[in-house]
Amino acid sequence: MHALCGENGAGKSTLMKILYGMQKPDEGTIAVDGRQVTFASPGDAIERGIGMVHQHFMLADNLTVLENVVLGSERLHGIGSKARAKIVELSERYGLGARPDALVESLGVADRQRVEILKVLYRGATTLILDEPTAVLVPQEVDALFDNLRELKAEGLSVIFISHKLGEVLSVADEITVIRRGTTVGTVVPSETTTKQLAELMVGSELPTPETAESTVTDRPVIEVENLKLLGEGGRPLLDDISFTINEGEVLGLAGVEGNGQTELVDALIGLKHADSGTLRMAAVEVEPGGGTEEITSWSTRRRREQGVGYIPEDRHRHGLLLESPLWENRILGHVTEKPNSKGVWLDLKSAQADTRRIVEEYDVRTPGIDVTASSLSGGNQQKLIVGREMSHKPRFLIAAHPTRGVDVGAQAQIWDQIREARREGLAVLLISADLDELIGLSDTLRVIYRGRLVADADPATITPEELGSAMTGAASGHLEHADDAEQSPTEAAAPEDEA
Amino acid sequence: MKKFDRERLLLGLAGPVIALVVAVLLTSVVLLASGKSPFEPYVIMLEQAGFADIQVLIVNAASGYYIAALAVAIGFRMNLFNIGVEGQYRLAAMVTAVVGAKVALPSALQLPVLILVAALTGAFWAGIAGLLKVTRGVSEVVSTIMLNSIATSVIGYFTLPSLFGVRQGNNKTTGEMHDSGWFPNLDLGPAGELYGFVFVAVALGVAYWVVLNRTRFGFDLRATGASESAAAASGVNAKRMVLTAMLLSGAVAGLAGMPTLLNDTHTYSLSFPTSLGFTAIGIALLGRGGPAGIAFAALLWAFLDKASAELDYRGYDTEIAVIMQGLIVIAVVVSYEAVRRWGLRRQQQRVGEEIAAGHVIGADGDSGSSDSSGTSGSSGNDSDKEVAGR
Repeated sequence: MHALCGENGAGKSTLMKILYGMQKPDEGTIAVDGRQVTFASPGDAIERGIGMVHQHFMLADNLTVLENVVLGSERLHGIGSKARAKIVELSERYGLGARPDALVESLGVADRQRVEILKVLYRGATTLILDEPTAVLVPQEVDALFDNLRELKAEGLSVIFISHKLGEVLSVADEITVIRRGTTVGTVVPSETTTKQLAELMVGSELPTPETAESTVTDRPVIEVENLKLLGEGGRPLLDDISFTINEGEVLGLAGVEGNGQTELVDALIGLKHADSGTLRMAAVEVEPGGGTEEITSWSTRRRREQGVGYIPEDRHRHGLLLESPLWENRILGHVTEKPNSKGVWLDLKSAQADTRRIVEEYDVRTPGIDVTASSLSGGNQQKLIVGREMSHKPRFLIAAHPTRGVDVGAQAQIWDQIREARREGLAVLLISADLDELIGLSDTLRVIYRGRLVADADPATITPEELGSAMTGAASGHLEHADDAEQSPTEAAAPEDEA
Repeated sequence: MKKFDRERLLLGLAGPVIALVVAVLLTSVVLLASGKSPFEPYVIMLEQAGFADIQVLIVNAASGYYIAALAVAIGFRMNLFNIGVEGQYRLAAMVTAVVGAKVALPSALQLPVLILVAALTGAFWAGIAGLLKVTRGVSEVVSTIMLNSIATSVIGYFTLPSLFGVRQGNNKTTGEMHDSGWFPNLDLGPAGELYGFVFVAVALGVAYWVVLNRTRFGFDLRATGASESAAAASGVNAKRMVLTAMLLSGAVAGLAGMPTLLNDTHTYSLSFPTSLGFTAIGIALLGRGGPAGIAFAALLWAFLDKASAELDYRGYDTEIAVIMQGLIVIAVVVSYEAVRRWGLRRQQQRVGEEIAAGHVIGADGDSGSSDSSGTSGSSGNDSDKEVAGR
């Protein structure tokens, strides 16, 4: 099992695309089993026994597992009982636990991933490429995946594993290649290296950690949410009985498997959806700091933003940017009524452009100019622009949904720094993240959301990602204590060595 | 930086130029297939455009096209398809004609009143579609098409002799308007009379540009068109935006019939020009939603209309112009999308190269920051035009 590590944009994906025949190399050779090969298309690669499991699953939801696996390679074993027998056999041999007749839409993320792996194996792959397979999984599922991978390895298959989660890489790989800016900077053996060394190899400098030093939490509430309830279609509650308070200088971390109400909560807070019941209150601007809160439940999104709600959206392409517009227009987005973007009803292009230039410099957005479209920037730079934009309006309450998703280590550290900095100055932050290390490291308080309810809370100083993970799957609730949590956690997969 | 601006301009021109070339080539193929000279019709039409009186005709006709296309473009800018410009302008022209015949105020009052009536009628008719979309989620495409047909019936009803209709020979009219409501023409001697409303059309184009590119409202509108979800998250009230845009589009559409009504016919009759609203969709597309582009497209359309009349006398069919107009619309849609995608990809590549080469704002030394601050002040104008131009 070989792991490939590198920052975002280091060239991991490009390398994999070449290996899988999706892109052609300008120079150099690829050898499979000692024989030199060239791939003109993914078909060639599959023929040579190379299979790829993409980061984003490519499955048809309304088909069964069997149909999904067979789709596109009907010629191998037909579509009937022979195919079924083959799938069952593969599934048993590698412990994938696939149910051929289950509809893919009824499967969870981890199961879908197994179907993807099955698909690749079914096509006769002997070398598997997995692109960031753990990004979407909770720790327990990651352990299960690693068990599967070890199984594959034991059967003589090779696995290439792409990741930038170093703890995982160290726990599972036999050998690790680190690439930076398109070249190999080193190959290491896990037993002889540490996370820190590996990270330094990756970024070429010290590893940033999400830890916050001293607490800056005050007792002045900035945002108070009470009994928030949001009903979905057919009256099913998407959010139920959500209550929390975030004080000045406090980061509230919200853990949860995606799809448990985080998106809806963010929408309700920013005003895209209006709560069916419950109240939102925010510290009043006019009165002295700490001099009380005013109800904002009925405020429009624009009013909330004008009054100091900053928003780093989960999906920056859909909610944070105008991809085909220049950077300076993206700087105006969301703050069109505020300085320096407008004076009265008129836009103030000069100041907006000047301020865009300032953001680009201060937040290290790598771009040749502010007239290029947002889509020409890499994800990390787009995110830096968004963070810069939101921070420039001195928010009092920041909603940060996955602020460092798809962002390289360097940019990640910067964004963490900026959140910490603003927190010191009294910003209240709601942090939602799938990266549990980030959540634990940055937060002052932790809550777990499960099926639209806040089911558990924890102290980030003592909790481990595993313990948090068990609450995320609904197995534990209430106040999570580090010590007596062990019995509650559903330890179907025992691989605690991949402590991140 | 400069490179990007020049490229943006080139890309902006590439779309329409490719479309026009393709349309001309395909028209020539049609001519060849029907056994005619594939070039002579163009020569004849270009000759026609050399005459002063034809030029005046073209500009006069273009003014109506231009206003109608602006109305369509307002919707396009936020992904709203106001197919109902047709009904809106005809209804507005009819109502204005009736008001103009029944009310007699001094010119200084009469004209503003008439223009206001036209705009309000158009806005009212479009507003129905807007309201339906906002409250009931009815697609504006469907409702505006239906409203077009309803408008025809409404016009038919109001022009009945028992209501406001006046029979003049075989023609059903709304009676002659009081001459205080006639918009002044510019007398150009033997070349004819240039509609005074042409200047109103130009003013509308300027206002359109200013509102879209220089106001908060315009920014919200363009943002909604570029990404509805991002606009909503940025605080744009999507429903109010839809309604406002629809009302604005309708108001402008209401004015589209005014050059003809106030400068020429002074009555609404059966022979009042129709299908302006549909033509306008093609013009707005070709003009890429920018006021200058639309002006060019409107003139081109009017040229094809007016210069093709001569073809009949020279043994060609005037329908050649219609074929060409149709081909332009198809070619435009395809070429714009192709150019847009190519341009985006290319820019991504270029930006990647520039960054790799270290040409980054804030980087030490060379061209980076000094260059950018020098050019972008002046380049702001150029780039505005392209924003959200789809």
